[in-house]
Amino acid sequence: MELTIKSNAIVYNHDDISTDQIFPGKYVSISNPPEIVEHILEGADVTLRERFKSGNIFVVGENFGCGSSREQAVIGIKEAGIKLVIASSAGRIWYRNAINLALPVIFCPGASNKVAEGDELQVNLKTGIIKNITKEETYNGEPLSDFIMNIFENGGIKQMMLNKNSNQNK
Amino acid sequence: MAMHAVHKILARASGTDSVKPGEVINAKIDIAGINDIYLTALKAYGEMGGKEVWDRDKVVFFFDHNAPSPSEIGAFNQREMRKFVNKNGVKHLFDINEGICHMVLPEAGLVKPGSLIVITDSHTTTHGAFGAFSTGVGSTDLATVMMTGEMWMRVPQVINVKLNGKLKDGIMAKDIAIFLLGELGTKVALYKALEFSGEIIDALSIEERMTICNMAVEMGAKTAYIKPDEKTIAYLRRYTDEEFYLDETDVDFEYENEYFYDLSNLEPQVAMPHSVDNRETLWDVEGIDIDQVFIGSCTGGKLVDIAAAAEILKGNKVAKGTRLVVTHASKRVLEKSIELGYYKILLEAGAAITTPGCGACLGGHSGILTDGENCAATSSRNFPGRMGSKNASIYLVSPATAAATAIAGRLTHPRTNNEELKIKGVIKNGINNKK
Repeated sequence: MELTIKSNAIVYNHDDISTDQIFPGKYVSISNPPEIVEHILEGADVTLRERFKSGNIFVVGENFGCGSSREQAVIGIKEAGIKLVIASSAGRIWYRNAINLALPVIFCPGASNKVAEGDELQVNLKTGIIKNITKEETYNGEPLSDFIMNIFENGGIKQMMLNKNSNQNK
Repeated sequence: MAMHAVHKILARASGTDSVKPGEVINAKIDIAGINDIYLTALKAYGEMGGKEVWDRDKVVFFFDHNAPSPSEIGAFNQREMRKFVNKNGVKHLFDINEGICHMVLPEAGLVKPGSLIVITDSHTTTHGAFGAFSTGVGSTDLATVMMTGEMWMRVPQVINVKLNGKLKDGIMAKDIAIFLLGELGTKVALYKALEFSGEIIDALSIEERMTICNMAVEMGAKTAYIKPDEKTIAYLRRYTDEEFYLDETDVDFEYENEYFYDLSNLEPQVAMPHSVDNRETLWDVEGIDIDQVFIGSCTGGKLVDIAAAAEILKGNKVAKGTRLVVTHASKRVLEKSIELGYYKILLEAGAAITTPGCGACLGGHSGILTDGENCAATSSRNFPGRMGSKNASIYLVSPATAAATAIAGRLTHPRTNNEELKIKGVIKNGINNKK
């Protein structure tokens, strides 16, 4: 797992974006990632999916992913190529799902007001420091805890469980 | 260190004497529930090399979101889950006829104070009304629990919301929940436990307490908590005679924050489009035309909700041009509704009554909205697109307000009498009346 992520920002500066907007309820029976991504953020802004390029950093406002527990709201963002989410804050279950699926989320209140679409960012996951290379600014996000870092470094909960299983079988 | 009751539950679940907020623990789970829409849980289970579920009696499947399935993919998910249940000898599968997980679980005797419950549904906070630690999780979390019986958790801080006074007639728990959302917002309890206490809570029925704990997730809460009392025990004893833990919060426990409200003057509340905390007092927005009234969901389709609606709808008809959709929360609620005559009242008033389950709440089926429509709903969320078109507007109200609104065809105060209904519908506060 890379500790430093460098890429361009895609900004959606809105608060309380619910999972109903990230992955609308009418699609919630879908479980295949390539089908999930077709509808990602459809209830918020349909252009986001087209703006996402592989490796991008998605910058959002407060309480992102509030609402339902649907994991598709993380799977779809990952499948769209997003490598990191910077949020002012996030809904609890969405955040937990992101950790489990190894999509790093850095909390940096107000970042979505400062970063513009396309800005080149360099983010250190361990320190939480976000460098805006385009604007020559630095923002202090919250560093990831050792516990969460460990999950990321192991490739997420699924990989950790697989490793645990294979160790037990040896 | 002084502990809250929810901390004592987590301490017991993690095999230690004490836990403190912020600490990450590995907790043993008492009930792990999966809803029919999350085949992703079984996929994750397979991907992680899951072979046998950790405890056949503690894994529970609920076919509630798609009951009965409105789509081929929904039917496929349920078929795969039935196969999994049979293969693994899972004891509890509540099929499409049973109702919503949060109503079915206590009715099946599976909710116990002091227990730790995780379900793949965010409204799992509901069971805090019974003094359980209960929280919603994603599919992958649930899959790890199916394999190991354990889950990592961060011990939450606790906020106390103390509600005193005496409610006016016709004021329901949903009004309280919407009021609190308006006051405290959607982020007040992010990652935290939210306790509700005080004279008002003491006086509420168990099902009304469930409504408030259910909506705690809309305030960001990880879990809700109401201290069990004799009402709680009497309610649960109808369904289970198993032992349970009654944890006490230490007297010197310090809440992270406390909020105090006197609700003696509370009037019916409305969560306006498109956010649960966009609160208005009903008097200020009365008269907005409503195309569909939805009485249902885990927070608004319980027997107490159906009873409140039926009392107002008795002898009345749903307004011309407005439709009423009623979805009982569970089979048992439906049975009681028939037994007590509510079903007949609803039917005669002109309601479309659907299969018990989540129904229209999440926009999957049984009452989807199209562009430009207004819906008054007793459910829990009104985000854009929640019930279908993102250009539809959802007004969250109590079941009493929903019933009065169905009769008038416009947002209407539940204490309005029939004579007054005829002259209601004036434009108030500059809100456009589209009809």
